[in-house]
Amino acid sequence: MISMRDVSKWYGAFQVLKDCSTDVSKGEVVVVCGPSGSGKSTLIKTVNGLEPFQKGTILVNGVSVGDAKTNLSKVRAGIGMVFQNFELFPHMSVEKNLTLAQVKVLGRNEEEARTKGLKLLDRVGLLAHKAKFPGQLSGGQQQRVAIARALSMDPVAMLFDEPTSALDPEMINEVLDVMVELAREGMTMMVVTHEMGFARKVAHRVIFMDQGQIVEDLPKEEFFGKPRSERAQQFLSKILHH
Amino acid sequence: MAGFDWGEITSNLPYLFGVGMVFTVKLTVLSMAGGIVFGTLLAMMRLSHFPVLSWIAGGYVNLMRSIPLVLVIFWFFFLVPYIWAWILREARPIPVGTFYSALITFTMFEAAYYCEIMRAGIQSVARGQVWSGYALGLNYWQTMGHIVLPQAFRNMLPVLLTQTIILFQDTSLVYVISATDFLGAASKIANRDYRLVEMYSFAAVVYFVISFSLSLLVKRLQAKIAVIR
Repeated sequence: MISMRDVSKWYGAFQVLKDCSTDVSKGEVVVVCGPSGSGKSTLIKTVNGLEPFQKGTILVNGVSVGDAKTNLSKVRAGIGMVFQNFELFPHMSVEKNLTLAQVKVLGRNEEEARTKGLKLLDRVGLLAHKAKFPGQLSGGQQQRVAIARALSMDPVAMLFDEPTSALDPEMINEVLDVMVELAREGMTMMVVTHEMGFARKVAHRVIFMDQGQIVEDLPKEEFFGKPRSERAQQFLSKILHH
Repeated sequence: MAGFDWGEITSNLPYLFGVGMVFTVKLTVLSMAGGIVFGTLLAMMRLSHFPVLSWIAGGYVNLMRSIPLVLVIFWFFFLVPYIWAWILREARPIPVGTFYSALITFTMFEAAYYCEIMRAGIQSVARGQVWSGYALGLNYWQTMGHIVLPQAFRNMLPVLLTQTIILFQDTSLVYVISATDFLGAASKIANRDYRLVEMYSFAAVVYFVISFSLSLLVKRLQAKIAVIR
C-alpha cells in the first residue's frame, strides 16, 4: 500500500532523510521510533506529501507522491493524518471540524457529512461535545476528535505523528485506546510514537530511525527481542528503563 | 474667542455632514474593503513559493510605501483617465471623477499596508493548521479560505482597524484634487464665508472625536480577543 524507495531529503546542506526504504502493506501497523531529531516525523510527512523530498520514490496505492503531476490533494484525502498538536480548527465547532473536508473535498452533502461525522464522534466517545469549540476540550478529547476527523474521510491508511506526546499522562490512554481499536479492526497505520506499550500490543513491525536513517526495520517480536544495532539497543534500554 | 461664530457651524452642519462626511465615510469604508481584499491577495503572493509572485508583490508594497500619499493621489488623478482611455481605446482621456479616482488611489495605496498586516496574520497561524488542512485533502485556496485567513483575520482585527483609523484621517488629503470630503467641505465654507477659525477648529474636533472613539473601541476589542485566545 505504501512503498518508499531510497527517500532522501535535505534542508539546505543538512540531510534529514538518508535513503529511507520501507513498505507498509494493507492492514499492517508499523511503529516508527527513534531519538528526537532522527527524522521520523519528517519521514511520515513525506508519505502524504506534506514534506517534499528531493530523491527517491514513494508510492501510495501505486500513485507516486513525489511526482509533480500527481494530484496531491486527492492522495491526501485518502490518507488520514493525526498530528502531535491535534491541529483542530480553533474557529470551528467540533461538528464543523468533522464535516468541512467531507463536504469540500469529497463533495458529500451537509446531512451526509454530519451523520458520518457524528457517528465517528460517538465512536470516540465525544458525541456530547459536538457543539463545543476545540479550545473547550482537553488535549485528549481534542486528539480523539482529530482521529474522528481523519476517519470521516474514509481513509485507506492512517498516519500518526507523535499523537500522544503533547498530552498529559492521564490522557494518553484514552487516545491510545482509540488507536488500538482501530489497529485491531485492520486499519493500515504508520505511527510515530515512543509508546512502546502500544507497539508491543498492536504493531506488526517496528522501524527504528537515527540521524535520518532507517537503522532497524523488524517484526515486533524481533525488535523487542534483540535489535541488531547498538543504537537501537541503547534507545530501547533508555526508553524502557527510565 | 469673542468673535467665534457658533452659528456658522450649526447653520452649515447639513452640508458638512450630509455631503462632506458622507464622502469621507464612503471613501474610507470602500477603500478599507478593497484594500483588505487586495492586500490579502498581495500577502498571499508575498508568501508564495513562486519567486516571481512574491517578487512582484514585494516590489509593489515597497513602491507604495516609499511614495508620499499626496503624490499617489495626484498621480492617479491625472493618470487614471489616460489608462481608462487606453483600455476603452478612446483617443481622449476619460475623467473618472474625484470620488472614483480617490477610491482607486486609496485602495491601491492602503493595500500595501493591509498586505503587511495580513502577511503577519497569515504567519501567525501555526504551520500545523496548514498541514492539517492539506492532510484532509483541501487544496491551497480551500485551506487559505476556510482555515488560515479566518484565523489570520481574527488575530489581526485590531491592527486592521487601527490602520483604518489612519486611512480615515488620510482621506482628508483628497483636498488636493478638490474633492468635497469632510475637510474639503469645511474648507470651502471657511473660504466662502471667511470663517477659517470656526471651520478648521470644528473639523479638527470632529476628526479627533471620531478617531479617538474608534481607537477606544479597538482597545476594547483587543482585550476581548485576548480573552478568547
